[in-house]
Amino acid sequence: MSDAAYPAAAAAPPRSAAPRGRLLDGPAGLVPTRRLSGKRIMIYGGLLIFSAYYLLPLWVMVMTSLKGMPEIRMGNIFAPPVEITFEPWVKAWSSACTGLNCDGLSRGFWNSVAIVIPATILSIAVAAVNGYALVNWRFRGSEVFFTILIFGAFIPYQVMIYPIVIILREIGLMGSVWGLVLVHVVFGMPIITLLFRNYFSSLPPELFKAARVDGAGFWGIFLRVLVPMSLPIFTVAVILQVTGIWNDFLFGVIYTRPESYPMTVQLNNIVNSVQGVREYNVNMAATLLTGLVPLTIYFLSGKLFVRGIAAGAVKG
Amino acid sequence: MAQALRAEPRPELDGVSVSIRDLSLAYGAVEVLGDLNLDVNEGEFLVLLGASGCGKSTLLNCIAGLQPATKGQIFISGQNVTWAEPSERGIGMVFQSYALYPQMTVEGNLSFGLKNARVPRDEIARRIARAASTLQLEPLLKRKPAALSGGQRQRVAIGRALVRDVDVFLFDEPLSNLDAKLRAELRVELKRLHQNLGNTMIYVTHDQIEAMTLADRIAIMRGGKIQQLATPDDIYRRPANLYVAGFIGSPPMNLLPGRLEGNIFHGPLVADVTGYDFTTRPRGGEAVLGIRPEHVRTGEAAAALPIRAQARVEVVEPMGADTLVWTRLGDTPFRVRLDGEDRVRADQMLSIGFDPASLSLFDAATETRI
Repeated sequence: MSDAAYPAAAAAPPRSAAPRGRLLDGPAGLVPTRRLSGKRIMIYGGLLIFSAYYLLPLWVMVMTSLKGMPEIRMGNIFAPPVEITFEPWVKAWSSACTGLNCDGLSRGFWNSVAIVIPATILSIAVAAVNGYALVNWRFRGSEVFFTILIFGAFIPYQVMIYPIVIILREIGLMGSVWGLVLVHVVFGMPIITLLFRNYFSSLPPELFKAARVDGAGFWGIFLRVLVPMSLPIFTVAVILQVTGIWNDFLFGVIYTRPESYPMTVQLNNIVNSVQGVREYNVNMAATLLTGLVPLTIYFLSGKLFVRGIAAGAVKG
Repeated sequence: MAQALRAEPRPELDGVSVSIRDLSLAYGAVEVLGDLNLDVNEGEFLVLLGASGCGKSTLLNCIAGLQPATKGQIFISGQNVTWAEPSERGIGMVFQSYALYPQMTVEGNLSFGLKNARVPRDEIARRIARAASTLQLEPLLKRKPAALSGGQRQRVAIGRALVRDVDVFLFDEPLSNLDAKLRAELRVELKRLHQNLGNTMIYVTHDQIEAMTLADRIAIMRGGKIQQLATPDDIYRRPANLYVAGFIGSPPMNLLPGRLEGNIFHGPLVADVTGYDFTTRPRGGEAVLGIRPEHVRTGEAAAALPIRAQARVEVVEPMGADTLVWTRLGDTPFRVRLDGEDRVRADQMLSIGFDPASLSLFDAATETRI
């Protein structure tokens, strides 16, 4: 990029130093760039040190997960494995013991998938319609409604845990995957509604007016005009919800039974089991497996994610 | 309810396309429109003109049904549409920002309203073909709005109103987003379109050139009220009050404060206004004399006119076709518009003169024309 040319502006000779006759021989065209200035060494050096600092734990985890237990006991946690083994990964996935059963993380993985997919779709569908109605169909008290909704995002979870247990018990969803889905939909609503409300209010209001003159109704305008132009914000919402729900531990451990525990809860049960030998390599592999889904999503959607966040943040 | 809205046409609305009765709109204590009455005749091109915040766009939104009114009634084509949905009012609307649906092709944009109204497919095709040929959109039908220039986008927006086959077109500053050259071109195109279609058009703008060139009648608005509703010629020659006088015309009318005694005006200059067409019986008292810079004559032409004065030239602004000269009468700045061929220098004395028939007199207290 051309901005590389700027830091070296100091390299040009001072104007007054140019001899009179050599006016035309003076600086012309592009400002010359010096490749290796002190400032750049500082910047890149600093960046390298900090990335190493952040990457070190990942390094240790990956390396440990590829070692056998005898090698781990030698204690060189930073050293790469002498003999690479994938045994811990296989064990973590299919045969590690989590409390009662010993079929590894695979059960938790599929539980999590069964929770994340409906919870993401439902919470985004509800929040998108909320945001749309709050921006374009102002009704009496819509601002109050919005304030209450946002206020909901600031109430500590701990206050609501027990009341939700009672509610789920009364409607017969306590302990089931669908109960947990419902909880995630409700708790995701404030922030995702805010996201959609901000995005929709950044769209020109004339678009909505034109669609009304064209005879489109509430759903017609939403589905045929606004949704098709909202891909960036839907991407952001999907990323936020998938990673948020996937990483949830608290609700998972409270509102489900052992056979429907999500992956995070199973991971905890593997890592914190107190019986037998502590298998560091299996623990590391299990943790990496659990983190793989959010990690993949971040990698795949990096640019869209940034764009959507920026688009949603423009107007309050 | 739709049945009740489509009641018998009211006989007093014969020949009237859009009628607004005692329309008011208030946001809490802030009154945006106040008891507004307006009749737009069939086939008329009416321009709502005013500075920003005067309520002209709000009035247009009320007519379109996008903004519910607090009080009053709106009739379109003889039907009371005060409570009707925008799509039921028989209107088409064009917006400043085009407001094209970005994910649809030009064809999709044109057909969206018709599909919503469940118009048969062959009828949709027929109307799109007609609108496309009127607006030269045929080669663009398969494109998305992002692939169009500003002028093309605005033509599509006009086409979207055209295919609806309605009696009334509403324009909300449709040319303001275009550059000067394109604006002038589309202005002529709009006028041609109106002459060919003969629909009623209501057009909101803050640009007085657009208003003067397009309008059959202009309604000048200020503070949610109509200041004057008249033909462009009347508005230019006989402004109803000081606000209209100062708003229309570029450079604006010279306004000289003074007193009127009988037919004699005493101010920065003494003028015998015999020959002025008084609206009311002349009363003595504080008055403002207005004269347009282009109606002031100089040199020999001035010597023959009843009202004359001498003024020192302060600044000369040559603009090619004409030259604007800044002088001063007493303490009041006074602008004179000369032909571009006239040679004037700063600091020279200029003899100026004008005809009482071409000036405007206003009551200083009520600011209305006398």
